[in-house]
This record gives sequence, structure tokens and C-alpha cells, in this order.
Amino acid sequence: MTDTLLEIDRLSVDYETARGDLKALRDISFDIRKGEIVGIVGESGCGKSTLISSILRLTAPNTRFRQGEVRFKGQDLLQLPERKMRDLRGADISIVFQDPMQTHNPVLSIGQQMLDIQHRSKASKAEKRARAAQMLGAVGIPDPEARLDQFPHEFSGGMRQRIAIAMALMSEPDLLIADEPTTALDATLEVQIIERLQELQQEFNCAILFISHHLGVIAELCDRVVVMYAGAVVESGEVREIFHDPKHPYTRRLIDCDPGHIKERARVLPTIPGEVPDLANLPGGCIFRDRCDLATARCVEVPPLAKLKEGHHAACWLNHKEAAE
Amino acid sequence: MTLLDVKNLKTSYGPVNVLAGVSFAVEPGETYALVGESGSGKTTVIRAIAGLAPAQEGSVKFDGQEIRGASERTLRPLRKDIAMMFQDPVGSLSPRLTIRSLITEPYRIQGMKDRDLDAEAKRLLEMVNLPAHFADRYPYQLSGGQARRVGVARALALKPKLILADEPTAGLDVSVQGELLNLLNDLRERLGLAIVIITHNLNVVRHVADRMGIMYLGRLVEEGTTEAIFKDPRHPYTRCLLSANPEPDPDARLERIALKGEPPSLLKRPSGCEFRERCPFAQEICTQTPQWEVDNGHGLRCLAPLHQGRAA
Repeated sequence: MTDTLLEIDRLSVDYETARGDLKALRDISFDIRKGEIVGIVGESGCGKSTLISSILRLTAPNTRFRQGEVRFKGQDLLQLPERKMRDLRGADISIVFQDPMQTHNPVLSIGQQMLDIQHRSKASKAEKRARAAQMLGAVGIPDPEARLDQFPHEFSGGMRQRIAIAMALMSEPDLLIADEPTTALDATLEVQIIERLQELQQEFNCAILFISHHLGVIAELCDRVVVMYAGAVVESGEVREIFHDPKHPYTRRLIDCDPGHIKERARVLPTIPGEVPDLANLPGGCIFRDRCDLATARCVEVPPLAKLKEGHHAACWLNHKEAAE
Repeated sequence: MTLLDVKNLKTSYGPVNVLAGVSFAVEPGETYALVGESGSGKTTVIRAIAGLAPAQEGSVKFDGQEIRGASERTLRPLRKDIAMMFQDPVGSLSPRLTIRSLITEPYRIQGMKDRDLDAEAKRLLEMVNLPAHFADRYPYQLSGGQARRVGVARALALKPKLILADEPTAGLDVSVQGELLNLLNDLRERLGLAIVIITHNLNVVRHVADRMGIMYLGRLVEEGTTEAIFKDPRHPYTRCLLSANPEPDPDARLERIALKGEPPSLLKRPSGCEFRERCPFAQEICTQTPQWEVDNGHGLRCLAPLHQGRAA
């Protein structure tokens, strides 16, 4: 496939700890096509952050890549020299972080920060400044020229996150990674950010890897969804497939838990009892087995992430005919 | 008898009027939600009730007793009856104390020396569905959801009549969020607690609150039963908030009402209706200042209210 931008291929990542190797990512595979919005959904501890830092190779010193490749435009990023990797970060792949309050340098004006990140460009200072103002305008900051001279604390949280998006898009990257960019914001601002991302994605035609635990946002924004649980991909597919016909019990339960789904007042809301297993001491078999209400004897084996149909994969024995009897 | 009666509560920090007159009442056993964007003053309201933020004007009556501006000496015994759950679950627990010390600290502060603290710790942990051996753990050994539960346990220690909960589910995963809300619902039924809950998650409000108040720029703009507000929001701001709630369904046809811009600065309050500049339904009459009017238990501050989501 020529239109594939990023391929994560059987990626396994451990953290070396005093308690032994913590198996943070196990056999992760999915891809992102050019100009596509892919959502990663999963709860705390599912490995979302390790995945992002692995793609950007901004990992903690105790990280060990055990297996697999991260291919960006066909090139394995894990094998790339650090120099090449630095050229790539911020230029071809950029990122918007979760907390807009801590993304910017508090002692430099927004304009200065937006000039600084254009250090690769040969343009004159005036041109860079004009470009910065243009980008601020593109994310809907009123009176951008004047606001370049202001400092981060003079902007609201929603504006700071939009500035972070403007900065991430300034280099016209092929891939924008958005790590829970709306979690710290109010619902009204969350909607503004999502709509803005959709517009910008059309305009710049970049692919977006959107990480969130908010199912409503994923449903609204993404073309495809990857569902992660405890360091593994349990299901992936087109957004409609995942939300209307989930094929992994974890996905189904996660959707059931979202109170946005339940229109009548519920006395008792659905939950997923139990806890995420200890990744330094894996229980063996299907990773969701202990919390699954449909587990069978077969589940002591790890189910493969099997293709159920074009554009829908799930790792559950229930989808295998021979397990049904 | 009304448990908590807040009348025309005003707080300013220098020239900034954070609360411009907030009034609401909570009955025993009732859950009341305060909803609004960041900066609307929700947190200041409950901090002012608990005596943790100043309030220069107005009245806060708890069980009939005026507590606004009360001295620390008057407030201390009352804090047995009014418990607070703070927003940041881990940050609100001292990292150097064990869970046992943290959840039994209220007894020590209230000078209840005759208590068997080990037994109390066990009882409280059980109440919030945490295993007894958690008493020996430290906050860093807890997940976000577990830390919340410890916060609930600590709030329950002195058998309060009222809990003030500031964003109790913020940052929690959906599966854990459900557990916490179920816990609060259950405790309310068993112990007859009244709860004031602050949240900007409307999906949460629907399942826990009996009544709700919507705040904008330090004032209530609408108040009513949760059911009535979800079914027929009258204030355009409420309507905007409700429509800004992303649905976990890719085919949901949202009739989204875009809210223009961001909340104005509290230093430059707009004239007339303070929501008018952002209001998609604003009319000429909105240059006048709307008054708070109550019709059949439904309070509203709007001169051009909506009916079934449409301008009249």
C-alpha cells in the first residue's frame, strides 16, 4: 500500500524495573494512512503514552525495544540515527500535549516561541513573524498580530491549546500526534478544539493520531479506532464498526460504561469490576480474561489479533468459530 | 428543614467579582449539581460555603445557622457536618501519611480521642469498597480511582450531613467513574447525605443530581430539576452546554449550537445580559439586564428564553 504513512508492526516495548521487566507494549500492530484520523482509546495504564513516546523515540532511559518496527514512510524509526530522528521531530511528525498550561515557556512571548520553532527555516525574521501570525489566525485567535507579543499567562486554557496546535502545524507535518488534547478543557472548548482540528486536517491534509479516553470525542472525530487494553491492541477498525458492532468484550463494556450512552437516569451505572493486571507479572492467556464475563477455557491461550473482515480486527476467541461450541 | 441555604453570596478578589450573587438551597438527602465553564465560579461557591474562600456579602445558612464569615472556632465543630472532597485526588492526600492516618485524621482534628482508629480505618475502607490492607499504603501506591475512594472515605469519617464534591470524577476512566458515582449514590441512600457536586461533565450530572444550577460569570442563569433542564433547557447558555456534549456514537446527528468565543473577563462584565455577546439567540431586548425569575420551581435569568430548544 503506497498511501500508508505510519506502520506499527508487532511492536513490543518493556521498561526495566527493579521488579523485573514491565511489559508495557506487546505485539502492537496498526497503521495510519495519509490524511487519516486514527483514534487510540484506552484507559489509564493501557500503554497509550508509551506508544507515543516510542513513535517519537522520546523514551525513558529504562525503555527496551524488544521487537517490531515503527515504519514512517517505509523507514524504521527505531533504526534511525538520533540526528535523523531530530530532523524528523517537529517537522514531519509533531505533537500536541495534554496540558495546555504547561506546554509553553512562561517567560517567553508566544511570538518569540513561534519564531524559535521555525529555526530550520531560511526565511527572514519578519517573514517568520508573519507566518506565526497567520497560523494564530488559522486556529481562531482574534487579532493575532498583536497577541504575538503576549505571554502564555495572558491566554485562556482553550486558547493556549489552540496555540499549541498552531505551533504543531506550522511545519506542515505529515503526522500530528494529539495526546488527550481536550482532557483539560471544558466541554464547550473541547468541541471548539475538535471542530478546529477537523478543519485544519482538511486544510493541511495531515494524518492525525488522536489519543483519548473520551469515547464521544473519538466517535465524532476519527475515521478509524484502535482500542488498547493493558499494553495490547484488543480491537481496531472503522469507527462505525467499533461503536456499533464491537467484537471484543472489553470494547463493548467500555462503550456500555460511558454514561453519555444512557439517556434515562440510572440508579446504578455499568462498570468493569477488577483491575488492570500487573504488567511486570503477566497472568498469561488473554489479557482481559480476569475481568471478562464471557471468558472460556480457551482464554488461557493468548488470542491473536485476527482479521474479521476488511477494516476490522479483534483479539478474542469468541470470534473464532471453533470456540463457539 | 432546608439543610443548606445560600443567599446572594458575593465574593470578590480586589476588583474581580468572582461571585456576583449566588443563591440556591439544598434539602437533606438531595444531590445538587453546579455546572458551568471554567471560571464560572463553581469552585469558589463551595469553597466559600466551607469557609475556605472569602465571601464579603450574602448569607450561608447551614441547618438554620448563619456560617458566612463565622470564626474558625464556630466553624470547626460544623466541619463534622460539612465535608469536602477536593478536585485533585492524589494531590489532596499528604504523601507522607499512610491511608490509615489520612482517613482517621478528622477524628484527631476533632479531638475524638476515645476512638479506636484502626477499627474506624477498617470500617471506612470497607464502606468505600477498598481492602483493609490498604490502610498501610501511601498515596503514591494508589491509582487515581483508589485515591478518589480514599477521599470519599475521609469525607465520610465524621458522618457528615453534607458533602461538597469538587469535580469528583475528573480524570477518571469511564469504568472507574461509574464505580465512584454508584458509590456516591449508594452512600446517599444509606446515610441520607446531601451532596453538592461540581462538574462540567453533563453525562455525570444526569445520573447523580436531583436538581442542578447552571453558572455563568459568577451567577446562576438557570436552575431546576435535572430532568426538566435536560428535557427543555430554557437559557441559551444551558442549551449550548448540553449540545456541546460529544455522543459516543459516530452516527449521532448533533444539533450543535456553537458557543461563540470564550467567557468575557470578569473585569469587563458586559452590559445588559452578560451572555449576550456569545449568545446565538440574542435579541434586541437582551441589552437590558435580565432578572432572576422563578416559575414553578424553575429559575431563569433570561429575557429571550427558549422553548423546546427554539427561540420563542
